[in-house]
Amino acid sequence: MPSYRNKPPLSYYRTALPGVDYSELQGKLIVIEGPDAVGRSTQVRRLKPWLEEYGHAVLDTGMARSALAGKGIKEAKEGNTLGPITMTLYYATDFADRLENEIIPALRAGFVVLTDRYIFSIMARAIARGENRTWIERTAGFALVPHAVLYMRAEVKDLISRVVVGRGAFDYWESGLDLHFGQDMYESFVRYQSRLIQVFDNMAEPYGFQTIDASQSADRVFVSLQRAISKVVEMETPAKRAARLKAARVTKSPLKLVPAMAPALQTVRKAPAAKSVRKAAPAAKAVRKASAQ
Amino acid sequence: MSDFRNITLPQPAVSLVMIKEPMSVFLQNRLPGRLIVVEGIDGSGKSTQMSLLSQWLRRRGYAVTFSEWNSSPLVHETTRRGKKKEMFTPTSFSLIHATDFADRLEQYIIPLLKAGAVVCADRYAYTAFARDVVRGVDRAWVRNLYRFALKPSLAFYFKVPLDVALGRILGGRDALKYYEAGMDLGLSRNIEESFRLFQGRILEEYEAMIDEMGFHVIDATKSIEAQQREMRRIVLREFGRVRPPGVLGTEVRVAELSQ
Repeated sequence: MPSYRNKPPLSYYRTALPGVDYSELQGKLIVIEGPDAVGRSTQVRRLKPWLEEYGHAVLDTGMARSALAGKGIKEAKEGNTLGPITMTLYYATDFADRLENEIIPALRAGFVVLTDRYIFSIMARAIARGENRTWIERTAGFALVPHAVLYMRAEVKDLISRVVVGRGAFDYWESGLDLHFGQDMYESFVRYQSRLIQVFDNMAEPYGFQTIDASQSADRVFVSLQRAISKVVEMETPAKRAARLKAARVTKSPLKLVPAMAPALQTVRKAPAAKSVRKAAPAAKAVRKASAQ
Repeated sequence: MSDFRNITLPQPAVSLVMIKEPMSVFLQNRLPGRLIVVEGIDGSGKSTQMSLLSQWLRRRGYAVTFSEWNSSPLVHETTRRGKKKEMFTPTSFSLIHATDFADRLEQYIIPLLKAGAVVCADRYAYTAFARDVVRGVDRAWVRNLYRFALKPSLAFYFKVPLDVALGRILGGRDALKYYEAGMDLGLSRNIEESFRLFQGRILEEYEAMIDEMGFHVIDATKSIEAQQREMRRIVLREFGRVRPPGVLGTEVRVAELSQ
């Protein structure tokens, strides 16, 4: 299996999307992956307000939520004629719509994008159903490389307890019942989810997953996820950031700034020393002039 | 381990192992039925010819069925929504058509081929290879996308100059639609002009595919009768002259399954 570990974030895995300028993308893309009932959605719900507290604009998205195909997928899953290749491609359509119409515009605007599942779930489901790995890897190869793929890993027994306690019943698709794996929902769930976990495990190395032990309590998982996200997303509250910048101004600047002027100067604040403020102004003008041409 | 499900019939059960680079475009069809495909730009006359051919095949004793591009009931609403709201990108447009194709293949074409039918497909994956590439989708990507498709027994390409095809359809038909005319490519603001430019580019893609895909080229400027004669000649050569008993070669499989 080819390795994608060294691909830089926000580039593409295999195939460029037509009409996308990758140099414009500047936000952060964080992927939460893992099998069914592992607790991904719960974590995403907690992570979003936590990130917002630090001043980040967050887009959260997930499978089958696209304006284009979300409804169609739900209807198809309620019927009884959804074949494995069709299902894979329907999810890929849904993903492409969200990628191009939600995720990429948000990244362009500097958002933190938090996604509950990514191409890996689509690929895992296809591979667990016996579809060709190379085929689905190439098909999904237009996806953006995330800053982090956090793989919430648990054993099947952990999933079972979550399903039984949390939902009270097994789901047709989560049990892989279309595969005729066992005599009933329970047997089928165990076989199908074991297979899925194995497929996820095999993807961990080539796609550079960070594995999070999801058999722990939800609070502990949350802390692990926070720690991993802190490594790629700037974690400082707006108030602290303002204080730090102010302190930097006071210590570094021999000029005494009139407070009312400070916001106006922020635009050229990239220049490190205060004496360069005056120099920087014509430079900024030059940049504007150049970009206007 | 991860190959497309074994659909090689009647026997022996050979798995459909796919060849690595260079890619084989489709899976070999080892099912008893036959798959006939017609391709070409709008106005090339392919549907007329397919209709004539199917009637003839039926008279000769074959069980004939049809599958049309973009006709899966499972996907229909999604495609309609996307077109109506003009929300498709080249990639999502390509993927929804592949989804449509996969559904027809899984639920309709493969079971019928297993049952020994002749399946006539009006447009096949080649249509995606031509249209999607014109829309800017990567050529190798879209070929990989359709690797689950079966290789047709016969693929007819109706070769026609652009002006002839345009003359046949413009005027005597309903108003052109946004995606049909390739308006999403921004080639021209005039819908008819956009359609001309779009069809011209699709034609170039088809022409470049002739050898790669092994098309049987039909000169679509000839008379309808002459084209049909040519098609029937090719079918007889490929299928043999023996009159078939309805469906083709299913006895083995039926015996096997009903045990």
